[in-house]
Amino acid sequence: MTDLEEYVPAPRPESAAVLTRKLVRNYGPTVALAGIDLEVERGEIYGFLGPNGAGKSTLIRVLCTLLRPSAGTASVAGYDVADHPKEVRVRIGVALQEAALDPRQTGRELLALQGRLYGLRPAEIRRRLDAVLDLVDVGHAIDRRIGTYSGGMKRRLDLAAALVHNPEVLFLDEPTTGLDPESRARVWAEVDRLNTELGITIFLTTQYLEEADALASRVGIIAGGRLVAEGPPEVLKRSVGADLIVAEVGGSDPTALARLNQLGVVDSVTMEHGRVVVSTSDGPAALASVVAQLGRTRLEVHTLAVRTPTLDDVFRELTGSHLETAVADR
Amino acid sequence: MSTTTTVAIRGREAGFLRDVRSVAARALRQIPREPASVLPAVFVPAFFYTTNLGAFENLARGAPGFSYKAFLLPMAIAFAVTGMSRAPTLVTDIQDGYFDRLCMTPVRRLALLLGLMAADVVVIVALCLPVLAIGFGIGVRFATGGAGVLAFVGFSALWGLAFTGFPYAVALKTGSPAAVSASFVIFFPLFFLSDAVVPKQVLTGWFSTIATYNPVTYLLAALRALISGGWEAKVLVEGLAALAGIGTLSMTLALLALRGRIRRGA
Repeated sequence: MTDLEEYVPAPRPESAAVLTRKLVRNYGPTVALAGIDLEVERGEIYGFLGPNGAGKSTLIRVLCTLLRPSAGTASVAGYDVADHPKEVRVRIGVALQEAALDPRQTGRELLALQGRLYGLRPAEIRRRLDAVLDLVDVGHAIDRRIGTYSGGMKRRLDLAAALVHNPEVLFLDEPTTGLDPESRARVWAEVDRLNTELGITIFLTTQYLEEADALASRVGIIAGGRLVAEGPPEVLKRSVGADLIVAEVGGSDPTALARLNQLGVVDSVTMEHGRVVVSTSDGPAALASVVAQLGRTRLEVHTLAVRTPTLDDVFRELTGSHLETAVADR
Repeated sequence: MSTTTTVAIRGREAGFLRDVRSVAARALRQIPREPASVLPAVFVPAFFYTTNLGAFENLARGAPGFSYKAFLLPMAIAFAVTGMSRAPTLVTDIQDGYFDRLCMTPVRRLALLLGLMAADVVVIVALCLPVLAIGFGIGVRFATGGAGVLAFVGFSALWGLAFTGFPYAVALKTGSPAAVSASFVIFFPLFFLSDAVVPKQVLTGWFSTIATYNPVTYLLAALRALISGGWEAKVLVEGLAALAGIGTLSMTLALLALRGRIRRGA
């Protein structure tokens, strides 16, 4: 049995793993966080979704004690980040957006130094390294300098460094950005294992919809420094509608939206970039009516599909733009 | 029902001295991997020492009891140890985000700076040795004996340490490698507007006035006393006072820059 498997989180049921109240962080005149209220339970995987510049990384830096709140409060593992930062630091592990590693050290040296800075004794460091080296899975390269590692190896080492001291809460800031699909799948599997087998609370930021959908038991959506929606992915998606009928269209007809809205089976209709999206409680049942109504407009229908909503639909419903578009625009 | 509980290994504060030791050990490990960071500090002083001796030694031959070789040795040491710091490494850490990672551990912030400075002292002492070896090789002897040699190295180490605050202040304030490299220019007016190359008695006019108020003049005088003059308490105390003045200024700047960077969020 490895040390990781021995890990038993200290039970403190009275405190949430992460709790923020009216949290504000400004950079000069720029408001990065505009009053975030958030509560993450112990043992949860919480996904924080939003485009670059939405405030995700700022929130992580506040929760990890790198930045002080401008206003409001934030606590992690039961300790206020501004008043008791040392208590927070010994209880958290962090893998930041860009793997924050020293390319001149070997992987083993970096992990050992991390252990020493967390107060572990030499024998404890050896035991913990044995445990996390399974996770790194870089073989003999662990004794090579980190500057020679691939992107995927660096991310796995970064994650291992975050786990050396058995944190109660693990912060992962866009852990798979820039990774190839295989490396991404490995990180996902490891995150899931850390949570399900070891009970570590995981706070994950991402700009990948499928990542939040696959991993998180609850998702918060941030836009412009504000938490615009929060809940389990399925609940968020249902808030858009049970089904979506999506038509790729050509031409224009200003009356089209009003015509579709007249249908009793339709909850809401949006149209942008040549795509009509009809929200309805029963897609298959509404499909014939929607097709007939579209036929009465001057729009030319190229494709038509019925699908269940995605988190991108939730983001679009809340912010008026697609998450992918918002990411690409930045 | 029975349960088995294994005590988990958990993070905790390591303690200030252990933090300093850990940061210093990492910094020292990197030096053999980047020899270019210290090799100039071996060759440059050796070059200046030998070329200045070649150029000016004959001019000093007429002065009875005066050894230009001994007079110039503190200048060579100053070239070896001044500005020798791990500040470029600190800048790289800041740029790579590794400084952020360190700041998210329970390490004391002050230890992040003092650990690097402790490594600097080790390097500075090591850099004194080849310069001293050259001096001994060409016949320089210490009037204060073996204890004087140790005091000379100790004085040089304190000198080097007192100057390290400037590049660290620049590194922490700017996070720029170019700015850290440029910070070495602080050394030139301090050094060349002193009696580094010729005795104070032959300086004249404005140069002599500036040299009188330049703390480096007193640092060099203390080192020269250990070689040629013996245990001259007044000269040594003046040298230590000059060291304390420069050290207080540079360390204050470095600590303010560290506090500023921590407040800005590393």
